[in-house]
Amino acid sequence: MPSLKDLRNRIASVKATQKITKAMQMVAAAKLRRAQTAAEAARPYAERMAVVLGNIASGITVGPETPRLLAGTGSDRVHLLIVCTAERGLCGAFNSSIARLARDHANRLLAEGKTVKIICVGKKGYDILRRQFAEQIIELVDLRSVRQIGFEQADMIAQKVLARFEAGEFDVATLFYSRFRSVIAQIPTAQQIIPAQIEASAGSSDAVYEYEPEEGEILTTLLPRNLTVQIFRALLENAASEQGARMSAMDNATRNAGEMIKKQTMTYNRSRQAMITKELIEIISGAEAL
Amino acid sequence: MATFTFELVSPERVLFSGQVDAVVLPATEGDMTVLAGHSPVMTTLKTGFLVVTSTPGNGKRILVRGGFADINQNGLTVLAERALPEEEITQDILDQEILTAEMHYDATNEPAAKHVAEAAIAQLREAKAALNF
Repeated sequence: MPSLKDLRNRIASVKATQKITKAMQMVAAAKLRRAQTAAEAARPYAERMAVVLGNIASGITVGPETPRLLAGTGSDRVHLLIVCTAERGLCGAFNSSIARLARDHANRLLAEGKTVKIICVGKKGYDILRRQFAEQIIELVDLRSVRQIGFEQADMIAQKVLARFEAGEFDVATLFYSRFRSVIAQIPTAQQIIPAQIEASAGSSDAVYEYEPEEGEILTTLLPRNLTVQIFRALLENAASEQGARMSAMDNATRNAGEMIKKQTMTYNRSRQAMITKELIEIISGAEAL
Repeated sequence: MATFTFELVSPERVLFSGQVDAVVLPATEGDMTVLAGHSPVMTTLKTGFLVVTSTPGNGKRILVRGGFADINQNGLTVLAERALPEEEITQDILDQEILTAEMHYDATNEPAAKHVAEAAIAQLREAKAALNF
């Protein structure tokens, strides 16, 4: 039976923890709102880009002239996985679910006899994947010092990926991130970015475009930019998802702490009462003995 | 004067969306003015000023970099990697842009890329001069 002082200390410490989780939840809520607006503001650009690419891509036939970013290298031997996770923990299953998706994908590819290379964006994913894929991880992109993810960061990552692609280091690239559905639902997603997957738009062919410069040339400048946009969108979605996951995780933690405090206070009160009763009995029986 | 829908979108936000009279684009193969009813064109943009006229005799200049324009029957959409309205441009930003462009210039060895970067630097210098910095 813990002493009253022990119980008091324990209640105080749980209360302190609850204050911290409560504060983290509130911070996450504020950050979530910002991340969400950023993600929403980025959507039109990505959508237009998809439409434009769809328009051009549906107009050309895949041949030897087609940029390799669209047509692929012709083989699928070496796979590059770009795993985007958070820089910080304490956000529920957010990091581990992305890492799990990437790990399953990598294991499947390895079982098929393919070569796998991994680029980690964010420290947490690296920490998880390092245990199993120490040799496969070729790079860790650290965004810890970045407060608000901007286009520059996405561009930096895209340039790294492109440089490796140009050097022929891989054939297929897949991006792993968490899509933001709502505060309580984030969906780990795998998206193939090289060769680019472009849906031919349904409403095309209604207008004959003039291209300036030529289609092929436009496509060559547009495809790398599309890659950057895809990565940018993934990073933004990830940022929003992270805050959402953290918010709900911290909400749970706060609630658990509240329950614990209630239970402990009950025990504390009971044992205090028991103590008083015991003392009274002692006094009374002492008086009776006289 | 007939108007058409013009949208300027950067990765971070939608900068402009509305009805305009005319837009002058710094297209890669020469500046071009887009008016209502323009035939469908897709073109890449070079670094430079885009001029939006929403009321006659009243233009607004926006500096764009890494842009792309899509003209169709619904109007004009410009996607720009970076877009800055004239009043938001400061000397620091321009200097920074010039620095990045110069770094791009130094980083490549391909003649074509060098040429593009060189043109971008020249355009930025020109912009700087035009704004009296």
